[in-house]
Amino acid sequence: MSRSTLRTALGLSRGVSWPGALVLILALLGVWELYVDLGGADPLILPAPHAVAQSLFEDRGLLWSNFLVTAEEVVLGILVAAVAALALASAMHFFITVRRASWPVLIASQTIPIPMLAPVLVLWLGFGILPKLVVIALVSFFSIVVTTLAGFAAVDPDLIKLMRTFDMPRRRVFWSVELPSALPGVFTGTKIAVIVAVIGAVFAEQAGANSGLGYLFEQSIPQLLTARAYAAVVVLSLFAIALFALLTLAERLTVPWAYQPIGDPSR
Amino acid sequence: MVAHVDMSASGAAPQTGERQGTGGVHVERVSRTFPSRTGEIHALDGVTLRAAPGEIVTVVGPSGCGKTTLLELICGLQAPDAGTVVSAPAALMPQRDLLLPWLSAIDNAALALRARGMGRDDARATAAPWLERFGLGEFERARPAELSGGMRQRVSFLRSLLAGKPVLALDEPFAALDAITRAEMQGWLAQVLTSEPRTVVLVTHDVEEAVVLGDRVVVMSARPGRVVCEVPVALARPRRRTDADVVALRERVLEALGMPA
Repeated sequence: MSRSTLRTALGLSRGVSWPGALVLILALLGVWELYVDLGGADPLILPAPHAVAQSLFEDRGLLWSNFLVTAEEVVLGILVAAVAALALASAMHFFITVRRASWPVLIASQTIPIPMLAPVLVLWLGFGILPKLVVIALVSFFSIVVTTLAGFAAVDPDLIKLMRTFDMPRRRVFWSVELPSALPGVFTGTKIAVIVAVIGAVFAEQAGANSGLGYLFEQSIPQLLTARAYAAVVVLSLFAIALFALLTLAERLTVPWAYQPIGDPSR
Repeated sequence: MVAHVDMSASGAAPQTGERQGTGGVHVERVSRTFPSRTGEIHALDGVTLRAAPGEIVTVVGPSGCGKTTLLELICGLQAPDAGTVVSAPAALMPQRDLLLPWLSAIDNAALALRARGMGRDDARATAAPWLERFGLGEFERARPAELSGGMRQRVSFLRSLLAGKPVLALDEPFAALDAITRAEMQGWLAQVLTSEPRTVVLVTHDVEEAVVLGDRVVVMSARPGRVVCEVPVALARPRRRTDADVVALRERVLEALGMPA
């Protein structure tokens, strides 16, 4: 795959002006740097960008080892969420009673503040990866359910009628027609979920962990290592961007039809 | 060659009491009403339509005359409010091709075979010679997005043909195509049905298409759909739209529709 196709596949060539984005980022960092350097804020509260950059370099070993822990939690958590969401959305699609019964519980589940839930999970599940997976899956899973259901609902009713005149069994209609139609929805929901999953990981680690970027963040603040805490956040942001781009790439490769205009304009 | 596609084999398909394997279609004084927000939509009102085995009946009428409802009744997708529908098993061919974008042309064509539980390799082996015959041999592996509108419509028709039902219900099959492709496809369909006879009920709003393709043209009125008249088309095939007899019959049908030329 050439560089330009990769960029197209990642969806970064259209709609992003790289020189423009770079200028904007540098300008914002410049304003921030000047603000702190000219005494606008205590560097222990708001570190200057150069200090954060310095920490990114000097603490790279520490950041990397903690990053690996968080990355594993986030990737596994999103996988668990995607599988669970697909299963629930399928059940909700098939059975109207499941759909009606599930919505209020689903919405309520998203209103639970994670700082309230995380300690309970640590109490039940210990300090290992399990409570983190539950938190990440819980915050990720809602958007995937919603977009997958939308994918199921968008299947052309005439297509279902056609399959009925072919005597296709209901179960087969699901596997051969409805599920592939809903796959682009699964990807959309998962891309949205990436962002909240990273935030969820930080909260989960703060509730009880001995490694991870959220743990590092939590430890750095009382030690007055504010720049290190900010460096951890930068790593988290870059990780979320990378995950989002990877999912976009996977989407282009797995469900290419969702991007192509179906046929020519004369149809 | 394709034993499971011909009419005798599909006669063994499970049928309900009212759907008999005669190969014909009998729609008797059928009415159909749908509830709507503003009251009721009277789609069909006492419509009688018969198609003998192997006959091509074209149904022409203005938009909203219940043509699609009629086809869905024949296919058993709906039940009439009044009257009876007795039909051999029927496969639908929709106006939009409705091909599955993630499947290749051959897998789309073989979908009805797969629906009946045929394995993938057998289904492909059955569909392949047909694609060849339909001029799509080189496009076996192409996705629908890579095919032209006419090609997609041919794949869609083949998919319905391979369903192996004695009756084909075609719902404005070429309405979405441009005029040139549409004319080509009409000639192509007439040719296919000569070599591969089926009982066909084809609805269209294109009067010319109705006359060129049909053994008989059934003219329907606007909502509520009623049969205005039937025009037999006793002309030799192949027919051309410019033939004097075709033009004369077209005038007659247009007149019956209340649109004198």
